[in-house]
Amino acid sequence: MNRKYTLLIYTENHVGLLNRISIIFTRHKVNIESLNTSPSMEEGVHSFVITINTSLAQAEHLRKAIEKQVEVLKAFLYEEKQVIPMEVALFKISTEGLKSGNSLEKLIRESSARIITVEPEFLVIEKTGTQNDIQDFLAQLSDFDVREFIQSGRVIVTRPMGKLKDYLLDLERQEEK
Amino acid sequence: MEKVLGADAVLLSLIEEGQDTVFGYPGGTVIPLYDSLYGKRDKIHHILARHEQAAVHEAQAYAQVTGKPGVCIVTSGPGATNAITGIANANMDSVPLIVITGQVGSAFLGTDAFQETDVFGLSMPIAKWSAQITKAEDIAETMAKAFYIAVSGRPGVVVLEITKNALTSTTDFVYKKAPVIRSYVPYPEIPGEVIDKAAEMINAAEKPLILIGHGVLIARAEKAVKEFVEKSGIPFGTTLMGLSALPSDHPLNVGMLGMHGSYASNMLTNQADLIIAIGMRFSDRVTGKTSGYGTKAKILHIEIDKSEIGKIISADLSVHGDLKSALSYLTPRIEKKTYNRWRKEFDKFYQMELEQVIKKDTHSDLPLIQMGEAVDIVSRKTSGDAVVVTDVGQNQMVAARYYKFKHPNTFLTSGGLGTMGFGLPAAVGAAVAQKFMPETNKMKNFPVVLFTGDGGFQMNEQELGTIIQEKVPVKMVILNNSVLGMVRQWQNMFNGKRYSETDLINPDFVCLAKAYGIKAERVELREDLEPAIQQMLSFDGPYLLEIMVDKDMKVMPFIAPGSTVDEMKLVSND
Amino acid sequence: MKEKDENIKQYTVVVFTEDKVGLLNRITIVFTRRHLNIDSLTTSESEIKGIFRYTIVTKTTPEMMKKAADQIEKLTEVLRAFYYEAQDVVSQELALYKISTANILTPMEGLIRDFNLRILDIEKEFIIVEKTGSRKEVLKLFEQLKPYGILQFACTGQVAVTKPMKELENYLQELNKAAEMSNKIRSWKLKN
Repeated sequence: MNRKYTLLIYTENHVGLLNRISIIFTRHKVNIESLNTSPSMEEGVHSFVITINTSLAQAEHLRKAIEKQVEVLKAFLYEEKQVIPMEVALFKISTEGLKSGNSLEKLIRESSARIITVEPEFLVIEKTGTQNDIQDFLAQLSDFDVREFIQSGRVIVTRPMGKLKDYLLDLERQEEK
Repeated sequence: MEKVLGADAVLLSLIEEGQDTVFGYPGGTVIPLYDSLYGKRDKIHHILARHEQAAVHEAQAYAQVTGKPGVCIVTSGPGATNAITGIANANMDSVPLIVITGQVGSAFLGTDAFQETDVFGLSMPIAKWSAQITKAEDIAETMAKAFYIAVSGRPGVVVLEITKNALTSTTDFVYKKAPVIRSYVPYPEIPGEVIDKAAEMINAAEKPLILIGHGVLIARAEKAVKEFVEKSGIPFGTTLMGLSALPSDHPLNVGMLGMHGSYASNMLTNQADLIIAIGMRFSDRVTGKTSGYGTKAKILHIEIDKSEIGKIISADLSVHGDLKSALSYLTPRIEKKTYNRWRKEFDKFYQMELEQVIKKDTHSDLPLIQMGEAVDIVSRKTSGDAVVVTDVGQNQMVAARYYKFKHPNTFLTSGGLGTMGFGLPAAVGAAVAQKFMPETNKMKNFPVVLFTGDGGFQMNEQELGTIIQEKVPVKMVILNNSVLGMVRQWQNMFNGKRYSETDLINPDFVCLAKAYGIKAERVELREDLEPAIQQMLSFDGPYLLEIMVDKDMKVMPFIAPGSTVDEMKLVSND
Repeated sequence: MKEKDENIKQYTVVVFTEDKVGLLNRITIVFTRRHLNIDSLTTSESEIKGIFRYTIVTKTTPEMMKKAADQIEKLTEVLRAFYYEAQDVVSQELALYKISTANILTPMEGLIRDFNLRILDIEKEFIIVEKTGSRKEVLKLFEQLKPYGILQFACTGQVAVTKPMKELENYLQELNKAAEMSNKIRSWKLKN
């Protein structure tokens, strides 16, 4: 059965690794639903968060194929219930059509969104939440003139305990052996 | 509507595109395709190469000679990986090809199944476009897209990987040529004011120089360029790939540009006050050290690929678009001029090169035959009515320097990638193209003459088999010096004559040809050279002529690596 | 390639594309071949259905940036590629911090108020807080939270909207016009 899975991958910060990782998905014909790469909490270690929709067996196979890459430190696979996912989205809204009433303000308040900048021609709203929260908010904005919309990939923290540092130490120990 | 097999859909697409020839090699995953081909033999000729790399080179030469895209079919796994060199070679020289590779059934993708390799991923950085087809119903649409992308804009190679299940399942077949691709604009509009500015720049120049590249041949803009050149009166040089775009003996032609080009065109690049680059990409083999290139010149770059503009040499003005249409706007706006004083400067350098290099290369009094002598005789005997194909290295540079071209697209060589082993299959591809050409095409009866070295010939010598199977009358000239000449020349000049691994122990090439039933002869003495070449050219059928040449010959003049164009050395120091 | 440090700037590259398998690869290859590191990358569907948007942060020289953007735009399925310097975008990142509860001896209230933090989850062993802001703010908070024991940290790359008011729809209209023109030139070429 196909389900949503999140892969959390820690890597060396190596040029071209993004390629090597994304090609694994292409080759297995698994579509990447969202991808996020950024520095991790350890200096020099990069992290990727990739969400996919596939079978558990396929997802586990992908995890192994990724972990096999030379510069990959560790790859984890999580089911939805194991993670706390979050995304952030920015909406650029033209100020032109904003004369009528203050419904935008109300919407922002009720959705716990935030205005992060106001300029003469436009304002930018920030909204954090799950992908569903963000899609709902976008739908509610349909009465306004949304000129640009950008959504981050998902980032996660996991519910189980465990530290990246412990894995790194583990790796070092294995190498010594 | 009648359903067809996916394999049929592939071939029907080829027929829709007016393709009647494919090159290839069968294997496990493309058996369905070959089965379908069996039923369509009357419409599509298949040329059975002896190696997939050669099949792709053959398709490339076919494309260059006919102006149609080349099509190649190879199997998955090793078939596809063997094709990689051919793909990279054609793409770097912007030749339109459709390379169709097999693939294991889509259920086996990613399982390391027998003969599975990630062709889509492998081809990505070396092809213009790649796609993987896993369903029969996607074939027609993707094929139409592939042809459109391969041929339009700056042409290139499209790689299509088709899974076995897509070939063996059925589908409706509806074909729509040149589908709209929103994100793909192959022929950008050229704003009128840019043309005006370009004309202004040209009209104001006192020492302008035109550089003609392969783009002119690709855009089939030879006539437009001829009109432009002749009206402007501006001297022009051509890149290696641009050779044959205009006749070698055109009065305004000042010779080949770049590392082993003519002394005049290179030395005076840095005297020009305007460089008009037409369909060329300022390859490092053309520019030498870039910081010392065109030092006094403004650069006007006319080019269809936007990412080439300013990539290596920044342009003062660029005309981004199709050459033929750009020139059709530009030519009427330029003044008719002659640059007699400026042209005389080229003559001075040409005379130096003629006395010190050209005469010695083509009419040598050294004991051993020089490569230039052979090329010169072939050039005189064919008077430009030939398709000249080369391999890579000294044979390539000497052929480029001394053959006098008369007709467009009569010079085939590996420019960007510099692939040894290109020559023999390319000559086969050119001869196959002639075979299926209408009688009205003047190239139909030109001899195809290959200049190759003993090294490069052995990289794809198995194609002698394709020659006899297809009965194509390729004239093969092996300029045999028993060394890897160009590398040896560099070792001589820059590595203190430490000839590391450049000596070859060769087979008897005449015997080898005879094993295939191909007529062959060997020449060692100068007095036998001309009659031997005459005999080769008059022989009706394929012919191999092995000419024993001087291994100490150096291709000169030479812009040494790290030197600027005007630091070109006319003769070697020893 | 070594470039002088003073020329190197941070760029936000925004790429609009059609949906195509493998395109992420082709785009990243453009960076890899020039040995440019991707500091962060996010991809998601844009405000127009079926059109995807990549936001890539990289550091390089203006010349190299232009060349890379040209190469990206050359890819068949890429609609447009733009790049912006920091002052031309409004950008934000989101960070999650999982903090051990064991060391929360002093109240965190001040920190929560000062940094405008949101608590997402409280469990016996840990709490999860969310912060949005610039990279700098995210890292500053990281330092502040360190004494409590950070068990996990995750952070989106930079997401950014641009300050210029031109919109994607305009670009699409431009492209449609360009495509029409391109077709005219193509037919002219086929005839001549």
